[in-house]
Amino acid sequence: MEKAWTREAWVRENIFLGMSFRDYLKSNLTPFNFIVAVILAVGIPVMAYRIIYGLGPSTNLSDTNPWGIWVGFDIMTGEALAVGGFVMGVAFHFFGLTAFRPLVRPALLSGFLGYLFAIIGLIFDLGRYYRLPYPMFVSFGTGSVLFLIAWLVFLYFSVQFVELSPAIFEWLNMKKFRKWVLNLTLGATIFGAVLATLHQSALGGLLLLMPGKIHPLWYSPFLPLFFFVSAIIAGISMVIVESMLSHRVFKEQVPKMALDHAQFDRITIGLGKAASVLLFTYFWLKIIGVAHANNWHLINTNYGHWWLVEVVGFVLIPAFLYAWGVRNESARIVRITSIITVIGIALNRINQSIICFNWNADERYYPHWMEVVITVTIITIGLITFRWIINRMPILYDHPDYEIEH
Amino acid sequence: MGLDRRAFLKHLASMGGFAVASKTTQALAQQHFAGYPDSFGVLVDLTVCIGCRRCEWACNNVNKLPNKPITEFENKSVFETNRRTNAVTFTVVNRFNNPKTPEKPIYVKKQCMHCNEPACASVCPLKAFTKTPEGAVVYNPSICFGCRYCMAACPFNIPAYEYDDPFTPKVTKCTFCFDRIRNQGGVPGCVEICPVEALIFGKRSELVDLAHEKIMNNPDRYVNHVYGEHEVGGTSWMYISPRPFEELGFRTDLGTTPIPQYGRGFLSLVPIIAVTCPVICMGLYSFSKRRTALENAESKSN
Repeated sequence: MEKAWTREAWVRENIFLGMSFRDYLKSNLTPFNFIVAVILAVGIPVMAYRIIYGLGPSTNLSDTNPWGIWVGFDIMTGEALAVGGFVMGVAFHFFGLTAFRPLVRPALLSGFLGYLFAIIGLIFDLGRYYRLPYPMFVSFGTGSVLFLIAWLVFLYFSVQFVELSPAIFEWLNMKKFRKWVLNLTLGATIFGAVLATLHQSALGGLLLLMPGKIHPLWYSPFLPLFFFVSAIIAGISMVIVESMLSHRVFKEQVPKMALDHAQFDRITIGLGKAASVLLFTYFWLKIIGVAHANNWHLINTNYGHWWLVEVVGFVLIPAFLYAWGVRNESARIVRITSIITVIGIALNRINQSIICFNWNADERYYPHWMEVVITVTIITIGLITFRWIINRMPILYDHPDYEIEH
Repeated sequence: MGLDRRAFLKHLASMGGFAVASKTTQALAQQHFAGYPDSFGVLVDLTVCIGCRRCEWACNNVNKLPNKPITEFENKSVFETNRRTNAVTFTVVNRFNNPKTPEKPIYVKKQCMHCNEPACASVCPLKAFTKTPEGAVVYNPSICFGCRYCMAACPFNIPAYEYDDPFTPKVTKCTFCFDRIRNQGGVPGCVEICPVEALIFGKRSELVDLAHEKIMNNPDRYVNHVYGEHEVGGTSWMYISPRPFEELGFRTDLGTTPIPQYGRGFLSLVPIIAVTCPVICMGLYSFSKRRTALENAESKSN
């Protein structure tokens, strides 16, 4: 009898946010949740349609354009934006930037979920999704960059889970497990740094084998380096965007945070400084890429203008904007710039794998509406999962019962 | 004396890592694989092909693809559009204008080129493609999970996909009739049926010689280029043509580097990054730890 009561109380405290089931349901009747419900009501049947009827009727993929937005956006962009966990872990543990500590866990969580939902996107893209674990257990194409990526994603996903698990154990009040898993944090962060470095550059390496397919302005032997540097920029910018949104959406958690307003702005500006330096570096790398291949004559073509939009509009200008924000100590400018930068990195990944891929083919690819719906649905499920966890686990704040790590 | 010293230095070098290092550099320089010595190939003579499309019929027949009676293949209206291979067509013949003799258009058969170093095989994370010693690039559907990287990477845009099969879709492409050619005297279905001997099957090395011989003996008939001899490191299927290849839908900008070569530099960096990255991380970690310790000590003593 007593046990049943404790379980009920446990569920009420940990799942229903301390409310009764009915109150909890009522609290969920919000305009945002209504939009979520509409998206899911459309998206989940479309997902089922894709699984049951196959890629043919649900996508615009063809023999000439075998990759669409599920690769170019869900995977390429999703994994670039999910690198924040790695960046913050490295900044905190290895560069000793202890001021960033309040942002480490949220970044880890969004990184973990970013990878999870990129893998879910991949399931919809694979012709035989039920063979997803084949690279781990069945057949090993050791000379393939994609084989490397499969293993890196698998391992990095596991490492991020280890890094995140102290928060889960604090939520479940499992002190022993938490203490044990905390000992793994440093090792996991090192292993994660190796994996993320390799993984982000391997996404560029994936495109190295398509020299005849990608527009020369976007094809370079330096692609792995471009992808790695731009992923770090994306990670930093995503941390700024995501912390800004978290502070607005999860207002009630702000008082619990170990971070006052001025500190939060200071951290944001610090991140902006790093992003600015990296964006300038990335800009010069892109210029060196063009110079190395002597592709200057391509700049004054349609694709060249598009290249300028990406590299000037979404790399050089944000680099200056970040610098301007840092100089004026304006967290607001840094936050606005972070949004531009995130859009820019997404644009780059889409250019690399969709718009400037098969640029010389007669047949161009445009996403089918079902492809878009499934992508939107995956992102929506990702967002509500993020919210579900943030509302329950000590991610944005330190759990009062536990001492601060390190 | 000088000689002795040289010999001594040579010994010293070979005792150390030098010999190993120089051997590795040699091996790296020779990484290009020129193809299996006795592999087969097909030489397509575009001056001979009459566009009867019997090869398409024979291909469908051998590979148990949906087929029509052979007489329907004489229908010339299909040449109105430029076709490519797809899930149920492993080979197609396209028609191109011949500016020299407009009444005699040029017909180009298209199928898997069976590269010496295939892009599809090197990108496949599951090793579903194999270049056999016979020269065929064969696909094993039992381990393929359908990432379609092979299709994205193929420089000739050949592999197709069974998009309309929801549960067991496969990549499809010309098999070089592997089950036939592996037996003594077997030839691919398309070669066997060709009524004008536009397709010549044989040892690749001999076909290269034959192609050059033909060009040399008839310099007015052919352009001096054997397509596939060196393209992307050489292919088992090769073409000789009366017109420059870029006029006939061939890509002449692919270069002679085998596609897998483009990824090797990066792949060889992977172990180096994997080993050095933790060292750098640990170094930075101990520095930052020491710095905090010093700062703490300082603030205590104050």
